[in-house]
Amino acid sequence: MAKYTTEPLRCWAKAKELRKRFYEDFKGAHEKGGIRCVGSAWALDAVTMGLGRDVYWVTGEPYGASCAFDRPLSADFLAAAENFGFSRDLCSYMRNYWGSIIVNKSAFGGAFPKADFAYTQHICCSHGKWYQNACELEAGDVPLYVIDVGVGAYPPFQPEMYEHRLRYVADQILDSIEWMEKITGRTYNDELFFEACWNDIRVTHIWAKICMLNRTVPAPLDEKSIYSLYVFATLQKSRGQFAEFYEELLEEVEDRVKRGIAAVANEQARVMTDTQPPWGFLKIYRYLETCGVVSIGSLYTFGLEGMWLYDEEKNDLRPRPMPPEKPRSREEACMMLADWHLSKPQYQHFYHPEYKTKMMDAIAKNWRCDGIILHYNRGCEGLSVGIAENRLGLLQRGNKVLTYEGNMGDETEFDLPATETRFDIFLESLGLKKPEG
Amino acid sequence: MIIAGIDCGAKNTKSVILRDGKIIGKGMTLTGFDQASAVKESLDAALKDAGIDAKDVDKISGTGAGMEEIKDASMKVNEIRAMAKAANYFFPSARTVTDVGAEMGRAVKIDERGKAIDFAINEKCAAGAGAFIEAMARAIEVELEEMGPMALQSDKSIPMNAQCAIFAESEVVGLIHAKTVKEDISKAIHDAMASRIVSMIRRIGVNEDIVMIGGVALNPGFVGCLKRELGIDRVYIPADPAFGAAVGAAVVLKEEA
Repeated sequence: MAKYTTEPLRCWAKAKELRKRFYEDFKGAHEKGGIRCVGSAWALDAVTMGLGRDVYWVTGEPYGASCAFDRPLSADFLAAAENFGFSRDLCSYMRNYWGSIIVNKSAFGGAFPKADFAYTQHICCSHGKWYQNACELEAGDVPLYVIDVGVGAYPPFQPEMYEHRLRYVADQILDSIEWMEKITGRTYNDELFFEACWNDIRVTHIWAKICMLNRTVPAPLDEKSIYSLYVFATLQKSRGQFAEFYEELLEEVEDRVKRGIAAVANEQARVMTDTQPPWGFLKIYRYLETCGVVSIGSLYTFGLEGMWLYDEEKNDLRPRPMPPEKPRSREEACMMLADWHLSKPQYQHFYHPEYKTKMMDAIAKNWRCDGIILHYNRGCEGLSVGIAENRLGLLQRGNKVLTYEGNMGDETEFDLPATETRFDIFLESLGLKKPEG
Repeated sequence: MIIAGIDCGAKNTKSVILRDGKIIGKGMTLTGFDQASAVKESLDAALKDAGIDAKDVDKISGTGAGMEEIKDASMKVNEIRAMAKAANYFFPSARTVTDVGAEMGRAVKIDERGKAIDFAINEKCAAGAGAFIEAMARAIEVELEEMGPMALQSDKSIPMNAQCAIFAESEVVGLIHAKTVKEDISKAIHDAMASRIVSMIRRIGVNEDIVMIGGVALNPGFVGCLKRELGIDRVYIPADPAFGAAVGAAVVLKEEA
């Protein structure tokens, strides 16, 4: 008999519809006289929205993940990228994306829609180069703007010279506005920018609040479902529809908590993970569930887009409070947006693995995890950097840690039976057993 | 109580018979393609060695890559748990155990009761397993059994950089063309493999006493390289290390019976 009651999310169908429409909007942008813009999931997409409500986005990482989910399609894209001359040890999202341009096929059907311009940011060693090559592959005439956000860690990790570092990023955003006016021929609308900026802050703040609810036992959400929900913040943080959807979702998850609705009916143990999963093999999460294990999330799903502040004294993460009010000037909006995004948890480990270890340990303790599963993800150099040190740090803090190797976007680097065997061994060490048969 | 422990490994299937916790019989056979037959054959050999009949066995415990083929097993024990328990059975002071078999290299940190605390397994690569030495023996055209003693005759240190058995073979071919003597090549091969295993052991922490089980523990060349790499004087090896996991599986069942 099930330990807890479970039920599907009411907003699931809406989530699917929103995601579908997002990609359709990008594809059909030109028919509506709109603009197609591409960039990283961490791009400050809000800035482009000052060009008009008809700027439609596609971000590379969720696109790459969607390719990877369809393994035969991904194999075609990866082969095309490799045949073109790109090395197979590069970011696998990026290779899927490039392969998709080379094959001229979209993961969402039809030809790959050419972008009007690319607007991205650079923090890991792939992001800027990703769109430099993409713009060249797309006939070589797609304008590209890259904002350098690699300015050091956010306080409390690195408080030194923060005002100067913040100004450096905000000034680049200001400059980019003039650049966008020049390449599109449109007049920039500051009011639309302020609105988009506020949507961005709402989306990333509410997402953190939703993740907070997973501290509850039983967890109202499992990580496999979380992947389908956190994606909106990676698609376009500044889209008002997504902010509204997250408000609805927050309400629904609060209701689940109130009624004791579990994601996994036989929840016996809780784990957290790290980095992107192997997208073609999400069934590993269902495998865990057969043993009564719920993956409550990760620093990746919580903090890739969600905004949190780390409290060193309490060893805790709390959703970063929203600013008191909307920005009222272009300069203020640029500063607000830069400051908001520089505090992103997933930016911090680029400066020292210890910062990530602290935040992960805070999740493990406060979300009551029995174990931590680290994906040594060969497909993402950025999020995997320092992960072996994270393992050691987490072990030293008394956590049980399992590692497995794989690749988020290249199925050839993932071994399903060997990973399941590892999970079995780990679950046994947590005192859990796989049911017979 | 009589318990049979069966380890259906990638290359060999090993069976042991335990009566009241004491080993009274052993049997081993090549696994081949027909794992079920190998299980039966090795168990029959162990029963014969123990001088008992199959009906005398109270329970069977299985482990190894082919454990699903051990149909009569009332318990299936994963390899990590089996090797941890085996190390504790043979050497209660053991805190680290490494098992180097044909297909896998593993390292496990254990507590005083033989419970696994942390572990590392080589990933999708033969370079940390017995199959690597076998492939290299073929490359330098010597019998597998000769490889270890040959390595002990060399005092040269030739680095092998390849992390992959296929590329390592290319390096070996390069050494052959450079007229390097087989003893030095053999030592280079064992050094390379030992460094893979040692890196796994370091990942979980080097805590003495260190126990080695698995067929490769019979290779004195490898054990020498392992000790040198770890900077320790002694690695504890049971009398028949290839049977280690089978013993561990039987002990787990005995404890839970």
